[in-house]
Amino acid sequence: MKDTGAGITTAEGGSVGPVLMELRNITLRFGGVVAIKDISFDIREGEIRAIIGPNGAGKSSMLNVISGFYVPTEGEVWFRGEKRGPMKPYQVARLGIARTFQNIALFDGMSVLDNIMTGRLTLMHSGLLSQAMWWGKAAAEEDEHREKVEKIIDFLEIQNIRKTPVGRLPYGLKKRVELARALAAEPKILLLDEPMAGMNVEEKEDMCRFILDVNDEFGTTTVLIEHDMGVVMDLSDRVVVMDYGRKIGDGPPDEVRNNQDVIDAYLGVAHA
Amino acid sequence: MLDQLTYASEAALNGLMAGVMYSLVALGFVLIYKSSGVFNYAQGVMALFAALTLVGIQKGQVPFAHLINAVTGGHLETFGWQVPAVLAILLTIVVMIGMAIVIETLVLKHLVNQAPIILFMATIGLAYFLEGFGDVMWGADIKTLDVGLPQGINETIESVTDTWFGYGFFIDNLDIVAAIVSVALVTALTLFSQYSKQGRALRAVADDHQAALSVGISLRFIWVLVWSIAGFVALVAGIMWGSKSGVQFSLSMIALKALPVLMLGGFTSIPGAIVGGLIIGMGEKLFEFFVGPLIGGATENWFAYVLALFFLVFRPQGLFGERIIERV
Repeated sequence: MKDTGAGITTAEGGSVGPVLMELRNITLRFGGVVAIKDISFDIREGEIRAIIGPNGAGKSSMLNVISGFYVPTEGEVWFRGEKRGPMKPYQVARLGIARTFQNIALFDGMSVLDNIMTGRLTLMHSGLLSQAMWWGKAAAEEDEHREKVEKIIDFLEIQNIRKTPVGRLPYGLKKRVELARALAAEPKILLLDEPMAGMNVEEKEDMCRFILDVNDEFGTTTVLIEHDMGVVMDLSDRVVVMDYGRKIGDGPPDEVRNNQDVIDAYLGVAHA
Repeated sequence: MLDQLTYASEAALNGLMAGVMYSLVALGFVLIYKSSGVFNYAQGVMALFAALTLVGIQKGQVPFAHLINAVTGGHLETFGWQVPAVLAILLTIVVMIGMAIVIETLVLKHLVNQAPIILFMATIGLAYFLEGFGDVMWGADIKTLDVGLPQGINETIESVTDTWFGYGFFIDNLDIVAAIVSVALVTALTLFSQYSKQGRALRAVADDHQAALSVGISLRFIWVLVWSIAGFVALVAGIMWGSKSGVQFSLSMIALKALPVLMLGGFTSIPGAIVGGLIIGMGEKLFEFFVGPLIGGATENWFAYVLALFFLVFRPQGLFGERIIERV
């Protein structure tokens, strides 16, 4: 699968676009510990790409490499046909790569609305002085961004908590606000680090629906890490399987499910 | 009795004015604390440094004159020119922004993701450094600061109160200016932090570094911005205090008076800094007026701290601070 031009057709029958990001031979070491070992895979436009694997497999590290929180020891990240130099996380965010965190990183003291508005910081252009002086352009811009944010709030069904300080929300809603903030950036790639961790069945179903809807409606390319095999198989177009920092499988869910390495490593031997 | 009341109201009014001065310093603390989670011990010294720099620039002093003279054996004192007040203030702002950049590069950049106590310790170091640096740069003598602010008794108030109460109140013009400036400053800062892009980014950084990075906020830029604003607020406080009581090194001690103000108003509230300052300023004067004579006077030195102590015991978050709730 080395074609980078045209789209491919997945086993599910859904079609995904050309390669948006390519990770080439990524290795990440912390001192003597090898978190990621020579992994390559690509992310195609419009797909939901899952990264799965047992605890400590290096999934979050991989996500951190993509979002610039970690700089890979070796290997290259190619984004939209260009090699990405070493970048700070905020610079990566400005490229249009938004993310959520496994342990939720929201601004607890700010309202839900303000939290989501921060997602649009990269899209605001009026300068410091006019912002400070509250001159016309800044005000008009603020209104425009508010409108977009309200749409996302409607979409994720969190209208009734818009003014609530995030610190007071229950876990499941916090996760949803975090997703909203990432979406507000109108990202080229949306990175979700265990979006369903710690949720009950109902919350999980909601979150699944939102992720699928986002993908359908906005065509957002999504990369997600998830433990729950069932969820991953339902959601994703293609799956990367990691174990002990190595890649042991890559392909559509059905193919991965039947891969013996994956079954051994991830599901445990002779589980059924 | 009526006389008593009249004197008391004059004392209260003067107290309010003094309180405004406390608020100005407290404001600098709150601003940095709110936006970076750092309690900046150096705020008072920054006000001193700003005032020193302003006087130095205005009077055309040669910076590091003593040092240069000691090395070269010369007798440099001034360049021999006077800089107009407005220009001098602008240049001082530039110096304070420069200082913010240096602080960020040399100190804060290396302390990302450290515990607040570490950053607090760093600002203590910064305070001592800056005090010494200000001394070496501009000399330790007491300087007079005059940027053309009106000083002395306000005659309108005196004559009006004279016709009302048969006794003319003594209100210093400088205090009135300070009050107006503080109101303007607070309004501008509040609008900025609540409604602007950078203000939102500022609050975001204070809340969570990681999350701030993930939405594309450059921590370095925000820190330089915060410290520049703090430098600016320090300059305003420095101008007011300097005009009132001369620029001297005891000026950095006014920072201590800001602490009870903060405990009263809450470390996280801009309106709290203002109200706290006013309460302490007025409380101090009234306490001295009513209770002072009974217990031998000089209550102004300790009243604020005792009041702060009470607040620490019964309402640790202050009047306007965010409630401290731990979820378990």
